[in-house]
Amino acid sequence: MITTGATRRAVLRGLLAAGGTLALLATFAIHPAHAAQPGDDPDKNARWQDFREGMFKGRPVDTHGDAVIKLDAPARAADAAVVPIAIAAQFPQTPSRYIRKLYLFIDENPEPYGGSFEFTPDSGLASLETRVRVEDYTFLRVIAETNDGHLYSAVRFVKASGGCSAPAGKDDAAAEADAGLVRLQPQGRTVFGKPQLVQLMVRHPNRTGMAMNQVTRLYSSAYFIRKVQVTYADKPVMTANVNFSISENPNFRFYFTPRANGELKAHIEDTKNRQFEAQVAISSQPGAQQSTSTTP
Amino acid sequence: MARRALRHLLLAAGLLVAFAATAHAVTALKVTQIVPGLYVHRGHDDVATRANGGDIANIGFIVGRRCVAAIDTGGTAAEGRALRAAIRAVTPLPVCYVINTHMHPDHILGNAAFKGDRPQFVGSAALAEAEASHAESYMRVLHRELGALADGSEIIPPTLAVNGSMTLDLGGRVLKLQTWKTAHTNNDLTVYDESSGTLWLADLLFVQCIPVIDGSVTGWLADIATIRQMNPRRVVPGHGPIDTPWRDALDAEEAYLSALARDVRAAIRAGKTMQQAVDTIGLDERKKWRLFDIYHQRNVTAAYAELEWDQ
Repeated sequence: MITTGATRRAVLRGLLAAGGTLALLATFAIHPAHAAQPGDDPDKNARWQDFREGMFKGRPVDTHGDAVIKLDAPARAADAAVVPIAIAAQFPQTPSRYIRKLYLFIDENPEPYGGSFEFTPDSGLASLETRVRVEDYTFLRVIAETNDGHLYSAVRFVKASGGCSAPAGKDDAAAEADAGLVRLQPQGRTVFGKPQLVQLMVRHPNRTGMAMNQVTRLYSSAYFIRKVQVTYADKPVMTANVNFSISENPNFRFYFTPRANGELKAHIEDTKNRQFEAQVAISSQPGAQQSTSTTP
Repeated sequence: MARRALRHLLLAAGLLVAFAATAHAVTALKVTQIVPGLYVHRGHDDVATRANGGDIANIGFIVGRRCVAAIDTGGTAAEGRALRAAIRAVTPLPVCYVINTHMHPDHILGNAAFKGDRPQFVGSAALAEAEASHAESYMRVLHRELGALADGSEIIPPTLAVNGSMTLDLGGRVLKLQTWKTAHTNNDLTVYDESSGTLWLADLLFVQCIPVIDGSVTGWLADIATIRQMNPRRVVPGHGPIDTPWRDALDAEEAYLSALARDVRAAIRAGKTMQQAVDTIGLDERKKWRLFDIYHQRNVTAAYAELEWDQ
């Protein structure tokens, strides 16, 4: 039985890549007997150390990054499969200084790396709200990379259990058939030159592949949104590379800065290579911007 | 010769006492016969702790002329054994059915105590899958919270699945089983005892303890309307006092769920985020419900995730 974290993660990634049935998971001891505690030192977590080494290769991460990035998450998750998190950038994006990437890491999840979100000066504010799955009591981290290459982190401890292995409770076939409906909605009044909040919602099971389907006695295959590209006037404003760490029916709230009338577009891809699009016309005229169109 | 006989006698007596002691080693669960042949145990209004041994749900049994049906079995194998002892204290008839009303651990983890009886384990057609997908997480939390008190507990899925309705006869005692639109969970099952007009609602009805949405708030509201129309003589709730007039209890539950749905819809329309909804909705209900602080925010989260696509 495979028990080391690093080996198990490697195998899980391989299985994820294969995308096939994950019956082997039944033999894995996924959960340690001892839970992480809020009083633990977040820097000492072995999985975080592995990831930091692999992703940042010895570059220092400033753990007192409050002036750059803040993270909000509930101390006790109401629902482990739907944990709302809010990442708040602490300064506006400008061409000379901006946050170019956010990394999301959930220490005790079977796949701890939740993905990355890329921003540009046109993003206005590199803030992001979404909902994630949390498998066990854990530190949840966001690492912000600024355009000068510096790294800053913010951490929260979340108590939750079973978010990755608990299914939606709806039947897989129905959830797949519904997948792909997209809503792209600016929130509030558009003022050119000011960051505008947007909400992007995608109907999708965003399955982990860790919930067993009793009928087939197999684990449902992992099936999730892996890429989101949002552009305004054909320039990127938010690009997400994500996985099943994001909850069912992914919901993202983020910003962009409109400077003239134009189109906000979202292009979404999932692990079956299905593609979904939405676009909305942005203008400073009141009443003109709440329309959304979707192409499932 | 007499001394040897005496020693044999004492040995035999000792063995008999030891045997009797083990046979009575399990304390029978305290049950109330609410109508002839229908017995209910009132669980603690709490989350599972070592102090309450995971005994936090209302469970019980119904006795026919031929055999007995257990309805839910409690939070641990130990509680299942105590339920079985309560059955034995009342009748020697075999346990022919162990009915699980839904997947939550406080209702199903006593099943192992009945393996030797070789009953049919009965549940919704959606129950087996729900149990399989939550099994690892349930067992991990069970052992973490209850330690050795949970020893021997296991999930035993149904051998007889109900999809729609099914009739079981315990010998001159007909039980009508029914599955429901997703409400508390997606695998809710109720048992109607025709002889007494008693509808065992289990977790479709919470009395004084906050209803927990692990399914659908809109489905639950629809099911409540159906329950009213069925107009049973008595009901058995899954949590809380078992003697509350059922219409009052159902009204209170409906009031909580419909206010929640209304307030969440309003929050979504007003552009509030899920966390904002969780932080502000329904706080004035706090004094009305036990375990509000544990479960209410989860209910708001569930309702929000369900209703945000409704707008």
